[in-house]
Amino acid sequence: MDLNLSPEEKRFRDELRAWLEQHAPNHREHRRDASMEQQFAFLRSWQKTLYDGGWAGISWPREYGGRGASLMQQVIFWQELARVSAPPMANVIGLGMVGPTIIAFGTEAQKARFLPGILSADEIWCQGFSEPNAGSDLAGLQSDGRLDGEHFVVNGQKVWTSYGWAADWCELVVRTDPAVPKHKGLTVMLVDMKSPGIEVRPLRQMTGESEFSEVFFRDVRVPVANVVGKVNQGWDVSIGTLMHERGTLGAGMQVTYQRNIERLIELSRTIERGGRPAAEDPLIRQKLAQCYAEVQIMRANQMRAFSRISSTGVPGPEGSIQKIFWSELNQRLQQVAQELLGPYGQLEAADRHAIDHGAWSYGYLRARGNTIEAGTSEIQRNIIGHFVLGLPRSY
Amino acid sequence: MHFGLNENQAILRDSAREFFAGECPMAFVRRAAESATAFDLQLWTKLAAQGYTGIIVDEAHGGVGLGVVELVLLMEEAGRALLPGPLFATVAMAGAVLDSCANPTHQQQFLAPIAHGDARSTLAFVEPTSGWDRSALRLTAKNGRLSGEKLFVPDAGVADTIVIVARDDVYVVDAKASGVSITPMAGMDVTRKLYAVSLTEVAAEKLDAVAGLDRALDIAITALAAEMVGGMQRMLDVTVDYAKTRKQFGKPIGSFQAVQHQCADMYLETESARSAVYYAAVALQEGAADASAAVSIAKLYASDACRTVGNRAIQIHGGMGFTWENDLHLYYRRAKASETMLGDATFHRERLARLVVDGRPA
Repeated sequence: MDLNLSPEEKRFRDELRAWLEQHAPNHREHRRDASMEQQFAFLRSWQKTLYDGGWAGISWPREYGGRGASLMQQVIFWQELARVSAPPMANVIGLGMVGPTIIAFGTEAQKARFLPGILSADEIWCQGFSEPNAGSDLAGLQSDGRLDGEHFVVNGQKVWTSYGWAADWCELVVRTDPAVPKHKGLTVMLVDMKSPGIEVRPLRQMTGESEFSEVFFRDVRVPVANVVGKVNQGWDVSIGTLMHERGTLGAGMQVTYQRNIERLIELSRTIERGGRPAAEDPLIRQKLAQCYAEVQIMRANQMRAFSRISSTGVPGPEGSIQKIFWSELNQRLQQVAQELLGPYGQLEAADRHAIDHGAWSYGYLRARGNTIEAGTSEIQRNIIGHFVLGLPRSY
Repeated sequence: MHFGLNENQAILRDSAREFFAGECPMAFVRRAAESATAFDLQLWTKLAAQGYTGIIVDEAHGGVGLGVVELVLLMEEAGRALLPGPLFATVAMAGAVLDSCANPTHQQQFLAPIAHGDARSTLAFVEPTSGWDRSALRLTAKNGRLSGEKLFVPDAGVADTIVIVARDDVYVVDAKASGVSITPMAGMDVTRKLYAVSLTEVAAEKLDAVAGLDRALDIAITALAAEMVGGMQRMLDVTVDYAKTRKQFGKPIGSFQAVQHQCADMYLETESARSAVYYAAVALQEGAADASAAVSIAKLYASDACRTVGNRAIQIHGGMGFTWENDLHLYYRRAKASETMLGDATFHRERLARLVVDGRPA
């Protein structure tokens, strides 16, 4: 075991650190009280800055404009970005999922047409996967694509489409053969969001923001040339899409949690309970220590998983616990923050008494979604039960 | 960066697993549990022949000179097999303290016989009102002699020497010396026997380097957490096997999500505890700045996790899990005893708070 960075990993980190020192935006520009469009324009310009510096899509092969970064370099990348509180990139779906899917399954023409725009954020992507009646049970999706000459005609509805309202293009999965069992008749296609018949309605979530949209398709014509992979073999393509990134983004999340628990510890020295600093309250100390411990264990779990993937090429079984671990940890951490802050915990950004510009009231509400998005905790436990422990399928 | 076992470490783990599977099956564990001391000399000789009694002792003193990571892997496998007897007390407690605190002469005198398999030892720490809080210890030497009482001393009944943590210093006494009285305590863990050690003007050898005690205790704590991980793994394995074969309503109970999700949580808790233990072992081995924090993190997580894993295991086994005949209660008992040994989760959360909230040494 060696917890130190190799000379090559260290070189990579130092180069990135030096670049970030010059270029990382002041995160106060990324204000929660700015309009959705203003915020998105900011994220887009941040990605362009990264792109110009050669830091967009680092995991992509060099021939497609990436850096061919190793897994550990990707881990370092997300850690360093989180360390300077860098905002996310606008085209997170394009970079993390659509691009790698096109690289793996797309035609040369598709690669040439779409990959550069993903990297530069000139074309923003969304992903049309979930439907009102197909969430955890994705293969049950009903959106329908019927062949008509050189086009598929698409009808149906997608939901939970991240950045749907900002997207220029969509990686869409639809049912093209209703006669065969549900995993078999699916096809993945690339859809221009400006096509006639597409309507996007931003979904307002409990935080007040709209990260997601509903997208309606009415007789939308999609050229057959835009199919990724083979017709009716979209399930493999979709699963490939969902497997990309292999959790390296989580390394950045861990650093964010680390910063959050350190900030709570700092706040505990000034917030008073019973006339003394909360940091001296035995119960608060227990809770802060528990959160601190779990944030470190999240890192140790990740490092074990990444090391395993690096040396064997496949994720180890410990990889499957990451989603449950980070989502439930964040909910516990945000609850500890609320207990520590007391009545101030509820204040939103607009209130002049708010602590940290309302980050903790926002964080508490946003964390509620963590155990639902990207595979609910229940589905994650089914996956561990069936695929890792070998228990019989429950459904 | 690579956070995983190297080839030699994997070989050590695999051969220990095989060794314990052959030499320490559950029938053996049960016989040991029913005996007065849970000690078997034949097995001890074999443990020594494997090099396990000298795993962290340097070669000059008859050991194999391996590190904390290897100790942790060995203890994990011992925990999986629910190894009865004094290996943990001798090697991970007394051995670690002698390795860190004793001068070369004392190492030759006390540590070498342990490595060779000729002597067993243990660590006496807890006093009637101290718990595992070192600052609450009162025992002191007068004219080089110790008088007082130590409780919850593991395997003292089969120890040749006892390492004694006093208020200001660390001593070694001969377990057979005059003034030493060792009486069994009826602990819940029937595979690791506890004793009260009463000292009346006992001649004691003072170890030179008391400053090494913190690190030695950190090694012992990490090794104990590793043993707990091994126990959790075994409870998980037998429970998953049971859930695959036990049928109700015409189906294996493992096909019901209420059962499956408990198994998934056992898996999450076991793997997370393992990650924390491995990290603590590497941090100790490399002398990392966060080593003590990492040790407390491993023990606080393992302490809570081994209890909940045990609860889930017995719950899923239903009535069968509650019987004496089923082996789970033996693990469940060990889990509870280990939970408090060397400081429970609450103790280690407070220790961690001193390190990371107050920013002072533990």
